[in-house]
Amino acid sequence: MSAVLRLVDVHRVHGEGEAAVRALRGVSFTAHAGELVAVMGPSGSGKSTLLTISGGLDQPTEGRVEVEGVDVVGLSQQQRARMRRTSIGYVFQGFNLVPALTAVENVALPRELDGVRSGQARRDAMRALEEVGIPELADRFPDDMSGGQQQRVAIARAVVGERRLILADEPTGALDTETGEEILRLLRARCDAGAAGVLVTHEARHAAWADRVVFLRDGVVVDESGSAPVEDLLQASHP
Amino acid sequence: MSVKHALLSLLEQEPMYGYQLRQEFESRTGGTWPLNVGQVYTTLTRLERDGLVEAAGEDEDGHERWRLTESGHEEVATWFTTPVARTQPPRDELAIKLALAVTVPGVDVGTLIQRQRSASMTALQDYTRLKRQAGASGEASDLAWGLVLDSLVFAAEAEIRWLDHCEARLRRAATQEVPATAAAAAEQVTR
Repeated sequence: MSAVLRLVDVHRVHGEGEAAVRALRGVSFTAHAGELVAVMGPSGSGKSTLLTISGGLDQPTEGRVEVEGVDVVGLSQQQRARMRRTSIGYVFQGFNLVPALTAVENVALPRELDGVRSGQARRDAMRALEEVGIPELADRFPDDMSGGQQQRVAIARAVVGERRLILADEPTGALDTETGEEILRLLRARCDAGAAGVLVTHEARHAAWADRVVFLRDGVVVDESGSAPVEDLLQASHP
Repeated sequence: MSVKHALLSLLEQEPMYGYQLRQEFESRTGGTWPLNVGQVYTTLTRLERDGLVEAAGEDEDGHERWRLTESGHEEVATWFTTPVARTQPPRDELAIKLALAVTVPGVDVGTLIQRQRSASMTALQDYTRLKRQAGASGEASDLAWGLVLDSLVFAAEAEIRWLDHCEARLRRAATQEVPATAAAAAEQVTR
């Protein structure tokens, strides 16, 4: 089983001297292909910092971050931006769709930015919309969709082009119980199909969809619940 | 749990025999609360004595069936229209354990909370897995079992939220002036 995301002894300090805030203090963390990992913790525990660092949106003060075996910290800004577009998909609480673009255009955008021809990008986008169950909404604008539908578009955008690492920050935050569950079902399905998923949430009911739950307190992983990947258990020599 | 009322309400549907009652109960609740067949027969005997059920003859395979009497129907109607009593909270081992842990000196409350949270989360993950597998066949017994599962999910979630809340309160208490034992307990949480 291959590690899609690996954090090794990651520290993140905001500010300096007296005012320094240590958001992460030596976090090691791995998400394998086919695995959904939930990160739970109260506000201020460092869970959002963990996610932005995993996605290359923020840099660790210390430690290593690998995505599909590549050390993200050592990349140039341009290389990192390219990795974000091709390997990593984000799902945010606020959907973050471009209001002036239709659903299919929103989903196609990261493909086009990556130089894929627009016809191909649109075909990829349509396939992603089919996967999340809303191909009929392709030509709608975000404002004409419900919150649940917008989040489906955001998930389609996060997975288009077979990206293997999906990072989700409270993706069900603004949705009702049943719609939220549908979103988790989609994330889960994507991971079952081979992606690695990291889900940041403070809701236990949502974290329970994950294979593993990591508890974060004051920038430190205090515990994990759930089974280790079977292959790992079988490696007797594993440290 | 009221086995008596569960059996009576199943008989409201149609006359059934003992083993059938057990199977029907378990299919609707997903076997969450296993019922042994001896318990079913003892309950039926008691219900017959109290005039709530009566023999309804044998089916073609020779099973002795039971049906509701007039007062049996009334009992079922009363059960469904009366709320479950919440005035006397059921004994909650976890709440009692935590109340004692924060007052008895030398208990590592932080570890206690985290171990429990981890265990409750594992249970919640199991329920969620069952939910994912639960069929969408639209059958009435699937819906019943789905609702029972939701109840377990919500209860486990409430327990985890309560544990988070306890932890936050103890951490806050540790930074304020509080009676010695609670302060000591809270100190352990923050460590």
